[in-house]
Amino acid sequence: MQKRGKLSKFKEKAIEWFFFGNGILAIIILIGIFTLLLKEGLPTFQEVSIKEFLTSTDWNPTSYSNRSYGIVSLVYSTLLVTVGSLIFAVPLGIACAAYLAEVAHPRMREILKPTVEILAGIPSVVIGFLGIVLVGPMIAKVFNLSNGLNAINGSILLGVMALPTIISISEDAISAVPEEYKQASLALGTNEWHTLITVTLPAALSGIIAAVMLGMGRAIGETMAVLMATGNAPAFPESIFDSVRTMTATIAVELGEVPYNTTHYYSLFAIGLVLFLMTFVVNLISDLVLHKYGEGE
Amino acid sequence: MGRLLNKRAIILVSILTMAGLFLVGCGGAQNQGEGQQGYVQVKGSDTMVNMVQVLAEEYMAQNEGVSLSVTGGGSGTGIAALINDKVDIANSSRVMKEEEIKQAEANGVDVKRFVVAMDGLSVIVHESNPVENLTVDQIGDIFKGEITNWKEVGGLDKEISLYGRQSNSGTFVYFRNNVLKGDYSANMKRMNGNAQIVEGIKADEAGIGYVGIGYVVNDNDKEIEGLNILNVAKDANSKPASPLKPENVKTGDYPLARPLNQYTNGVPTGQELEFIKYELSDEGQAIAVEQGFYPVSPKFKKINEKNLGK
Repeated sequence: MQKRGKLSKFKEKAIEWFFFGNGILAIIILIGIFTLLLKEGLPTFQEVSIKEFLTSTDWNPTSYSNRSYGIVSLVYSTLLVTVGSLIFAVPLGIACAAYLAEVAHPRMREILKPTVEILAGIPSVVIGFLGIVLVGPMIAKVFNLSNGLNAINGSILLGVMALPTIISISEDAISAVPEEYKQASLALGTNEWHTLITVTLPAALSGIIAAVMLGMGRAIGETMAVLMATGNAPAFPESIFDSVRTMTATIAVELGEVPYNTTHYYSLFAIGLVLFLMTFVVNLISDLVLHKYGEGE
Repeated sequence: MGRLLNKRAIILVSILTMAGLFLVGCGGAQNQGEGQQGYVQVKGSDTMVNMVQVLAEEYMAQNEGVSLSVTGGGSGTGIAALINDKVDIANSSRVMKEEEIKQAEANGVDVKRFVVAMDGLSVIVHESNPVENLTVDQIGDIFKGEITNWKEVGGLDKEISLYGRQSNSGTFVYFRNNVLKGDYSANMKRMNGNAQIVEGIKADEAGIGYVGIGYVVNDNDKEIEGLNILNVAKDANSKPASPLKPENVKTGDYPLARPLNQYTNGVPTGQELEFIKYELSDEGQAIAVEQGFYPVSPKFKKINEKNLGK
């Protein structure tokens, strides 16, 4: 009896350790990646001043005559395309989620929701190709430009890619709002539209914000589609109709050919480090917002 | 208290384990090196990838048990892989730089060059563009961003939109070193391959781009629909020549005629040697021509013979 108790206690402990180990694994991997980025990225600044790196708009490490390592245009392009995609995807995504959760006939929902989720499975090269042959020429026609390989093309593609995430998670959040809230609101004499806007959506806000942030995370880190559809000109974009080159595209294009352990190689990791810090800030802000609404725990 | 200690111990142990794994991973040998007998890996130039793929398929159909894998990625990617001894043959549409050859030597890679076909690097515009001839200097100024409107070179009053390749492309480097002799305009769109430039130009009335000739001719050796291939003159006093005429490329009258190279580590042996011989045979050269390129010019044949160890 005594022995068995000991054994099961040991077993209990071992299982506890196992799960703890799994939990801690994510942190260790994160620290590992961060260390790698630091180790490979920081040597950049032996040759490039931090000031040039963070304030110059010239990025041309393979220049014919003058090498330059300024990332301002790249960061700005990334933000431009990401914010653009959210402007496009957030209203559409939340409206679609509200329709699915509150308005749509159950049978309609059963067809629509899986369809939206299939959208998430389309490979990004396919979306990028559509950007070149379909969205680009359309933009060129609508805005009377010579071509459509620009920031707005990238925004639309990223918006499409962020939509499934935003719709799916927002829909779950909206569906989870207790029926009593809505009934109470309706009992007070409001109509259904008013209930949706003033009761249901605010009640689901924390979930919707999480959805938007996840969508943004998808957009900011996406590489292939923007690489194909935004033209990748490294000039500082003056408007959303200019070609842009994002941070991810720069890394993807240049890492394949760069000789190891050169300033150019290190500087690509430094870009990765900056990108990592940017997504970290986005996640931090979303976490703070969730806590503020008291549902983050 | 006991629990707390336990947790600390676990954290410590797991961090140490991970750190250990991490270090092992970093230091691991990465040398796949020379493939096993009968398996040849070819990698590099996007301009050459289709042609070499067809050559490889034909070669494999004739020689059972031999396996070749041909992938693209850009000349820079292929050369980087050769320097690190990760491929058997690197395709490159530019010649290797001095410093790259040194890097390769430092890694124990003895670089040998073979010219397997000729390309008339084509400068292309939209089919509605009235401009037909340009000089090398004009093209250079256009891509440097010094000429920004088509009316400056006899075209319509339209702002020029530039299409080029990315820095891992051999064509990007060749064009920069031989035509621009300076940096590309920051406004040039950096496309992901020849095919994307072709798609871009077809859709852009004000566009200009450069691609390997294999991407812009159809089966009858005529330019494909939707775009025009420009005639290029060496300077203002010479006659503009078209890359569509084989003799222009052969004699060098077309100023952007260039060799398409393959690089190996040391004098090739076994299947590697057999494949290169096949590429240079009449049958292999006929395939290159079928793919829109041209046979190796006599002056490059000598390099091939020397490096084949004849």
